[in-house]
Amino acid sequence: MINRRHFLYGSAMAGLATAMTGPRIAYATAPGENRFVMIILRGGMDGLHALPPYADPYYKKLRPRLAVKAPGFEGGVLNLDGSFGLHPAFEKLLPLYKSKELLFIPAASTRYRKRSHFDGQNILENGTGKPFGANDGWLNRALTHLNDGDQRLGLALGSNVPLILQGGAGVQSWGKSPFGEVDEDFLMRLTYAYEEDKLFSSAFSEARNAPKIPGMDEDAGKGKRKRNKENTNLFAKATAELLNRDDGPRIAVMETTGWDTHFGQAGRLNRLFKQLGSAILTLKHGLQDNWVNTQVLVVSEFGRTAAENGNGGTDHGVGGLAILAGGAIKGGQVVGDWPGLSPRSLYEGRDVFPTTDCESIFKSILSNGYNIGQAVVEDQIFPNSRKSIPLDGLFKGA
Amino acid sequence: MSDVEAFIALNRFGLGAGPGDLEIVTEDPAQWLRSQIRADAAIASRLNAFGSSSDIVKDIFEARMTSDKGLIKEVKKKYNKKFRIEVAARMQHAVQSTTPFAERMVAFWSNHFTVSRTKAVTGPILPAFEREAIRPHVFGKFDDMLQAVTGHVAMLSYLDNVVSVGKNSRLGKRRNKSMNENLAREILELHTLGVNGGYTQKDVMEFAKALTGWSFGGYRNRKNKKRRAVHGGFEFNSAIHEPGVKSILGKTYHEGGVNEAKRILTDLALHRSTANFIATKLVRHFVNDDPPPSAIRKIERVFFNSGGDLKEVSQALISLEEVWQEPLPKVKTPYEMAVSVLRAVDGTRVPPNLLAKGLTSMGHSPFNAPSPAGWPDVASHWLSPEALMRRVEWVRTISTRLPATMDPTRLLAQTVAPVASGQLRDMISGAPTTDVGIALLFASAEFQRR
Repeated sequence: MINRRHFLYGSAMAGLATAMTGPRIAYATAPGENRFVMIILRGGMDGLHALPPYADPYYKKLRPRLAVKAPGFEGGVLNLDGSFGLHPAFEKLLPLYKSKELLFIPAASTRYRKRSHFDGQNILENGTGKPFGANDGWLNRALTHLNDGDQRLGLALGSNVPLILQGGAGVQSWGKSPFGEVDEDFLMRLTYAYEEDKLFSSAFSEARNAPKIPGMDEDAGKGKRKRNKENTNLFAKATAELLNRDDGPRIAVMETTGWDTHFGQAGRLNRLFKQLGSAILTLKHGLQDNWVNTQVLVVSEFGRTAAENGNGGTDHGVGGLAILAGGAIKGGQVVGDWPGLSPRSLYEGRDVFPTTDCESIFKSILSNGYNIGQAVVEDQIFPNSRKSIPLDGLFKGA
Repeated sequence: MSDVEAFIALNRFGLGAGPGDLEIVTEDPAQWLRSQIRADAAIASRLNAFGSSSDIVKDIFEARMTSDKGLIKEVKKKYNKKFRIEVAARMQHAVQSTTPFAERMVAFWSNHFTVSRTKAVTGPILPAFEREAIRPHVFGKFDDMLQAVTGHVAMLSYLDNVVSVGKNSRLGKRRNKSMNENLAREILELHTLGVNGGYTQKDVMEFAKALTGWSFGGYRNRKNKKRRAVHGGFEFNSAIHEPGVKSILGKTYHEGGVNEAKRILTDLALHRSTANFIATKLVRHFVNDDPPPSAIRKIERVFFNSGGDLKEVSQALISLEEVWQEPLPKVKTPYEMAVSVLRAVDGTRVPPNLLAKGLTSMGHSPFNAPSPAGWPDVASHWLSPEALMRRVEWVRTISTRLPATMDPTRLLAQTVAPVASGQLRDMISGAPTTDVGIALLFASAEFQRR
C-alpha cells in the first residue's frame, strides 16, 4: 500500500511537471505600455468632503458641523488653488498633486440624474446612460477591441467580476480567498485528476499560474474588519504586480465599499480617505517605471447632498467628484466648471450641480493611448452619449 | 439501462447522487425523471412556516409607521435573520429532496424571473416570492407563472412598478409624477419575448401604461388621516392607472383596469417569440451552453403547441436525444455543486456559515443575482480561473470538517463512478488521508459537471 501511494505520488509529480513546463500562452502582439486602473467607490462618495471648496461662502453654511476647516487651522484643508483644498486625510497624496500626477474633477456625474445606488452603479458600468441598458460593461466592450485573440487585458480584483468588466471579452481576475491557500501537494494531485478535462485543466493551470505576492496570503485568518481594511491596499499591490508583467493585463478595476455615509461621516470618511490615498500610493510605488504610462481613475455612482443632514452625514445627491492620478496625467489642476453652492446653483435645490459627465472622462481615457475608433466609442461603447464630449488637457501627451 | 444514464439523470437533471441513488435510478432513469413531473413535487411545504410575503411586508411597514428608529432597526434585523435561516432551510430542502428534477426547475424559473437582494427593499420576501409565485407553477402553465410573478409585491417593487404613475390618471393629473417603464421593459425583454422578440420602444411604453396601478397593499389612509399598514399582497390602484386604449404588438386593448395587463400578459405568454426565447434558455440550461438549434426547435414547438404547458415541456426535455449523451458539457453552478456535495455526504452536518461563506466567495449567494437578467447560465461565467480556485479551496475546507470515517473510494462509487477517469480513481485511491481523497472527488471535473 505504501509503495502504491509513492508510485501514485510520483505520477502526480509527472503530471505537474508537464503543466509547469508547458508552453506559456504566446500573444500575437505585445499588450502595449499603457495602464489604466479604475477604482469604483460604491455607495456615493461625498465630493464636498474629499475636496472642500473652502472658499465658497455657502460651504460652511450648508455644513455647519461637517465643513472641514480652512487651511492653516488645525485639521484644516490642504490648500490646492485658493478655492479648493484637499481633506487632511489625503495628506500623503499632496506631493502627487504638486508633482502634477494628480488632478480633481469636481461636480462630476454620470448621465444618471436620480438617486438609486443600484441604477446609478449600473449606469456607471454599463455605459449606455440607462439602467440595464446593456448586459455587459463598457470597459469590457472596449476590451473586445483591444484583446488580441485569447489575450486577457482586463483584470478584476475581488471574487466577482464587476459589471463594468463583464461581457464578451475574456478578463483575468485576482482575489484573496476567505479560506486560505490550499497546500501544494493537494493541487498537484488535482492537476493530475483534471488531465482528461480540457476546460478544467486549462482553467486550473491558469489559476495556478496566478502570481503569489509574498506577505499577502498570510493574513487570511484575521478578523473581517481588518481584512476589509487591508483589502484595498492588497488589491492595489496585486494590481501593480500584474500590470507590471510583460504579458500581463493592462486594464484593472477594483471596488471599495462603505461610501454611503448617511450617519457620522467625518470619522468614517477620514478612515476611507486614508485607505484610498494609500492605495493610490501603493499603485505608484508598485508600478515603478510603468507609472509614467498609467492613468488611475477614481469614481463613484454619484455624490451626496450639498447640505449635511441631521445625523452628521449626507444623503444621496447627483454631483460628485472624480479623481485622476498617474504619470500619464497632466496633474496639479482642478478641472471643469464649478457651479458653486449658492441655493440657486444647486441641482434640484439640494445637490452639487453636475457639470462634467463621467462618460466624458471615460472617453478621454480611452482616447489617450488606446487605439479605438471614435465611431466604436460613440456607437458601441457609450451609445447615445454624443453630448458627453471628451475633455481636453487631462494628459501629458495631449 | 446503463449506469451512465443514471449518472446523467442524477446530474444533468438532478442535484447529484446520494448513497444508493445510482442503484435506484439505474432501473429506469427516464422514468425516474418523469415521475417527478407533477405539481406537488415542486412544493416545499416545510418552508411555508417562514410566513407569507404579505404578512412580512405588513410587519415591516407597521414598524415604519411608528417612526421608532429602534423598532424599525429591530424588525429589519429580525427579517434579515429570518432570511438567512430560510435560505439555509431552502438549501437543506434541496439536499433532502426526493424530486431533485423539480428543484432544478424551481431554480431555473427563479433565475428566469430574478428578483434580487441588490435592491434592499425586497430582501426579506425573496424566499417567499419563490414559494408563492414560482413553485406552484413549475409544472403548470407558463401564463399562470407569469401572472403570479408579475403581480407579486417582490417583482412590483424590484422593477419599480409601484412608483409608476400614469400621467392622465387621477393622481397623475394632480401631481407631477411620472411613469416607470422598468417592469414593462423587463417583462418583454427578459421574461417573455426576448430582446429580439419583435417589440418596439412604443410597445414598452404602452405596456407600461397598462401596468400602472399594479401595486400592493402597503399603507392606507384612515379617516383621522393617520396611515396604517394593511397588507403586502397585490392590489390594483386605479388612482394611478393610465386610462385609455393601449396598443401592443399591433393589438388593441380597451380600457379594462387591472384586466388590461392580465390580457396582455396572457398574449405574451402564448406568443411565438416567447416559445422560442424560453426554449432557448431551457436548452441552454439542460443541454449545452451553446444550445443546438434542433433541440430548441423541438422544445419551442411543444411550448407553443401546448400553450406553454410546462409539464409537456419538461417531458420533451428529457426526451431529447442530446441529453443522454456523454460527455456532460455543462458545469454545475456553485449552488448546484454545493448541494451535490451535501447530498453526497448524506446529511452530514456542514457548518451553515461555511456554506454561506462558500457561496458568497464563489459568487453565487442565493437571491443576490447581479441584475434582473439573473445569473448567467454558461461555464465561461462560472469557471474563470479565479472562480475554479475558490471552488477548490471551498471543497478542501469542507473536506476537513467531515468525519474521518468517511471513505472516499465508497463516495466515488456512489457518485461519479460511471464516468470517473482513471486518473481520478488513481488519485482518490492513492490519497494520503480521507479528507484529501474526498476533496479530490468533490473538486473533480466529473463531480462538477452536469
